Amino acid sequence: MDRRRAHEFEAFVAGAAGRLLHAATLLTAEPATDNPHAQRLLTGVLARTYADWDRRRDEDPYNRTREELAARFARSAWRYHRVRGGVLDRLSPQERLILVLRLHEGVAEEQTAAIIGLPADRVRAICSRAVSTMRSAPRTHRPAVLRAAS
Amino acid sequence: MNGPERKEDEVRRLMDGPHPVVPADLGPRAAAIGARLLRRHRIARRAWLLLLVAAVIACTVWATVTEPWAVPPSNTTPPLEGW
Repeated sequence: MDRRRAHEFEAFVAGAAGRLLHAATLLTAEPATDNPHAQRLLTGVLARTYADWDRRRDEDPYNRTREELAARFARSAWRYHRVRGGVLDRLSPQERLILVLRLHEGVAEEQTAAIIGLPADRVRAICSRAVSTMRSAPRTHRPAVLRAAS
Repeated sequence: MNGPERKEDEVRRLMDGPHPVVPADLGPRAAAIGARLLRRHRIARRAWLLLLVAAVIACTVWATVTEPWAVPPSNTTPPLEGW
């Protein structure tokens, strides 16, 4: 039984880890080439997916891994306020989470609201605010240190 | 395409930039931690079950020894009437 789980899990990781790590890196706002926090976050999330593999067979493993990622990120969001030089580092952790779920992952508004625990109209408001923030300030390629100091 | 959708698409493209490389050991490491988690959960569940069984056995033994449902012999004699 353990071997079967390990096999299925391995196949799942081979297919989904790239996309999940990209999402995690967007959340922690790290650059794609240097993302230790995202890697640590995703490792913990995937460990949980592995442990629950048999107990929650009827659910899509990608969906519940994504939900666990969102939940874990939301719980530890205070750690990710620092500017690290990622694509979304102008946004707050909550704005990043909503933007990643809504736009990158294409999760429906109601479902996003349920995952985060906010009313759907708040999610819509935060999402459109984040979109306009991202569009208003064109991406500058100043190093993170400079931006943090200014 | 209308305004908000176009804006969202723009941000989507922005987010779709360079993808990080997945380290080869990320999956195996997660599986190892997950296996440890699973083992710990199993041990905890087994301990609870054992405790439950022990409690049931203890309760049964105590009940058969003391028979708490038996009515204790009365201390007073019933009044003698009608003779």
